Amino acid sequence: MEKNEQSMATIYVMGKKHSVPADLTIMKAMEYAGHQFKRGAGCRGGFCGACATIYRTQGSYKLQGALACQKIVEDGMYIAQIPFSPAEKKAYDLQALRTEASTFLEYYPEISRCLSCNTCTKACPQDIMVMDYVQAALRGDVVEASRLSFDCISCGLCAVRCPAEIVPYNVGQLARRLYARYVVGPTEHVLEKVKEIKEGEFDGAIEELKGLDRKALQERYNSREMRV
Amino acid sequence: MAYYPGCTLKTTAKNFDASTVAAARALDVDLVELPRWNCCGTVHALARDDVMHYLAPIRNLIRVEQMHEEGVVGEKKVVTQCAMCFNTLKRANLAANEDGEKMGKIRDIMEKEPEYSGSVEVVHFLEVLQREGWDRVRQRVVRPLDGLKVVPYYGCLLLRPRGYGIDDADNPRIFEDLLEALGAEVLDIPYKTKCCGAYQTVHMKEVTAEVSHRILEQASEAGADFVATACPLCQFNLGDRQKEMARLFPGFENIPVVYYTQLMALAFDLEEEAIAVDQNYPDPRPLLGERGLI
Repeated sequence: MEKNEQSMATIYVMGKKHSVPADLTIMKAMEYAGHQFKRGAGCRGGFCGACATIYRTQGSYKLQGALACQKIVEDGMYIAQIPFSPAEKKAYDLQALRTEASTFLEYYPEISRCLSCNTCTKACPQDIMVMDYVQAALRGDVVEASRLSFDCISCGLCAVRCPAEIVPYNVGQLARRLYARYVVGPTEHVLEKVKEIKEGEFDGAIEELKGLDRKALQERYNSREMRV
Repeated sequence: MAYYPGCTLKTTAKNFDASTVAAARALDVDLVELPRWNCCGTVHALARDDVMHYLAPIRNLIRVEQMHEEGVVGEKKVVTQCAMCFNTLKRANLAANEDGEKMGKIRDIMEKEPEYSGSVEVVHFLEVLQREGWDRVRQRVVRPLDGLKVVPYYGCLLLRPRGYGIDDADNPRIFEDLLEALGAEVLDIPYKTKCCGAYQTVHMKEVTAEVSHRILEQASEAGADFVATACPLCQFNLGDRQKEMARLFPGFENIPVVYYTQLMALAFDLEEEAIAVDQNYPDPRPLLGERGLI
């Protein structure tokens, strides 16, 4: 593509002005401008949730959120990265929990502060109905909370935006764990595999891998059996 | 019509939910639970200047409008059972219709979401029964609650504030009419619309036990077999708090407290799951057995 003025966009990274190709994602545009990602970048495919970004466009009051690896830059975009959102994550013994609303309230009592304002849902780059799964958790509906939150990648944007200071993605994770443990239950093939591991069926193979050099490991990796 | 159960009927008041759905079915009243619903907003929404807290009830009303548009329900009406949900949804609904400035602010905050036109009617299940007609209820009764002495306890949220309530705040009849249609002997006590202690129960359970004890004392003096409630919080304070009353008031004797829909399920001779007394405290089964009702 021939470069002309129209194919470039002006973006502001933490206040500093850059001219970048207009068809790049925020992540690539920032690298184009000379930034190097040490945090806040992971899979680059929209799956890992590491590159949460907030931005405003010129002339708009609206604060928006996106994944830097997915969102194409817009002219006049003011950008700041949120590589990490501080969140209290509770430790619990999954074997000793009950699939009830009180479980969610015990570990994340702040969910009762939910205003149903839907800001979390609007902030979600995955288009998840975040507010609805928090509400489902609030009434102990583990199945619905688990189903609605399934595509969550824990990028943290909902938690950063929530006026009730809820950390929705931790609530969703608790719901999915409860679902897996108590609704679905342990599956036979997993139990069998765990038994095989405990009985040492793979010890020899692991020992063999430990002894390989980098080149041999790479060859093994590239020629591995892929199952879909 | 659309049915909004509210969080409590899905957790600590499952017996209220089960008996409501079953009693409605027995009368061919079609209740369709909202496919998506959030917390009603509870008491917070009642502060006039707190626009943010109106979002929850208004969003539920929008969902009811959507259900109607999609043809899931024929009427633009939502019925609730929890007295708190009813009060909150109804007051938010009236504000939406009467307070243009507030609705403007709510629309601004909710931008990019469907707007609420204000056209939903919020009703309580007792009102639905009243409109169906007490004769219809009477005709459905298979096992009249003959000789069962019941005190109807309204609590505060169903009747107040004036203009929002389902009946006259000082001299209500609706609860009495229902119980009479079921064949029960209705007893009147002066404290039937007094506060049960409400949310004080969280931090000051003794205070709540004291307040609720006065109500139960009147019921006992009147010779009641049962106290019937229409609110999960009243049910908890009058029922479960009897554990504290036994400790605080020597000589106190337990008195069973049940939801009015549980009495309907009994009188309609519905299945055990519909009566759902296993969540009630004190256990009403001994007395029900004694009277030949279960």
